[in-house]
Amino acid sequence: MDTNFQLPSSDFPQIKKTLGFKEHCFKKSLWLYHFGGASCNNCDIEILDCLTPRYDVERFGMLLIGSVRHADVLLVNGSINTKCRDRLLEIYKQAPRPIVVVAIGACGCTGGIFAEGNTFAGPVDKIIPVDVYIPGCPPKPEAILAGIVNFLNKK
Amino acid sequence: MTQQLIHYLLFPGLLFMVIAGGFLSWFDRKITAWVQFRKGPPLLQPLYDFVKLMVKETILPRNASRVTFLLSPIFAATGAIIAGLMILLPAFGVSAGFDGDIIVIFYVLAIPSLSYIIGALSSGNLLASVGASREMKLIIGYELCFLLILAAIILKSGYQLDLAGIVAVQQADGAFIGSVSGVLLFVALMMCIQAKLGMVPFDAAEAETEIASGFLIEYSGPPLAFIKLSKYILILVLPVLVVSLMLGGLNLNGWGIIWAVLKILLVVLLVTLVRNTNPRLTIKQSMRFFFIWMNLLVIAAIVLEYMGL
Ligand code: SF4
Repeated sequence: MDTNFQLPSSDFPQIKKTLGFKEHCFKKSLWLYHFGGASCNNCDIEILDCLTPRYDVERFGMLLIGSVRHADVLLVNGSINTKCRDRLLEIYKQAPRPIVVVAIGACGCTGGIFAEGNTFAGPVDKIIPVDVYIPGCPPKPEAILAGIVNFLNKK
Repeated sequence: MTQQLIHYLLFPGLLFMVIAGGFLSWFDRKITAWVQFRKGPPLLQPLYDFVKLMVKETILPRNASRVTFLLSPIFAATGAIIAGLMILLPAFGVSAGFDGDIIVIFYVLAIPSLSYIIGALSSGNLLASVGASREMKLIIGYELCFLLILAAIILKSGYQLDLAGIVAVQQADGAFIGSVSGVLLFVALMMCIQAKLGMVPFDAAEAETEIASGFLIEYSGPPLAFIKLSKYILILVLPVLVVSLMLGGLNLNGWGIIWAVLKILLVVLLVTLVRNTNPRLTIKQSMRFFFIWMNLLVIAAIVLEYMGL
């Protein structure tokens, strides 16, 4: 692991500083990138649920995209173990700023049931700065949407 | 002079192209949402996306050749704008174009795809080069078919080599689609448009799920915004080209405006419906589709034309 890398603080305040209209556009057009750590796969399924016709995140302008270079939001779920810690950091360094990091599920927020494991290297906020925590095991799609939307409407 | 500048920069030129293209790309996403029983994005979504991308950071990959990497999105947008001007000015009756402009349009329309390929290859990413090679194969597939279609249309119009002339012939004796050979040509032309827009089923070069956006993978921020801009413009310009070539052109007098708008929306709707009801083809399948089936279809149409159908 690259030990010289300084952990930046969360860079969301940087968008807040820019002018009103740009910030508005940023909030209206969030492209999501999904990083699945060592999860039990339930959180991944709940994230995919948000894209189904029932929840339809596209009405908020959100899209799930395939390349982290296009991402505005990094969704991290699952426990982070010693294997995926480096990858998470690498992905975070590759994302264009400003980027919002969302930790989803008990595993992402605190480690959940994996916190005692001997390969556990998390939780997420020990590795990269986290802007939003969405607890639950797994959180419902409503909770995920509400978390992101509330964060963006926060003044 | 001012008149000309207005034509190039405002109406049917740059500003109109960007706004109408943004609207059509929203239309495409909204119809997609309706087909899937979703609500879809708000009307200003293309604007939001564009401004947001302009705010984001630009990342230069370590192995990239910087100048080429940064310039190719600009070339793509410029190519799309030039093609747009050459198609829209005659279509809106502003200028008559020049003799043989349809051949120039054919070449200029290839610039955006070629720029994507150059940008992808200069980014030094493996998946991008996979995307670029697929895009290249797709171009080889559909360009021959597109050229045959143009030849058939030129033949049909009595050897008119300019867009305005082709539209004039159609306005005098009925749109080309009103004949058996016209219908066949229309089907083939729609497939070419689908491939040129890089939409499903011909989006193997951009496949998000297998090669993570393919040739776009390394782009972020403003360069990506320019690529989006070229796509917005193409989604307006190519349907207008179809309307001019096959559906009798745009007639902008009185009620003709509504009819003209409906024609463009209809073409975009067809593209959207095809993209929503088909799975992605592998690159081998798409090449075979164009090389064998579409070319045969166009050749059949040319034979029918000689028989006067
Ligand atoms: S939070 Fe619960 S549901 Fe989500 S990955 Fe962890 S154990 Fe699975």
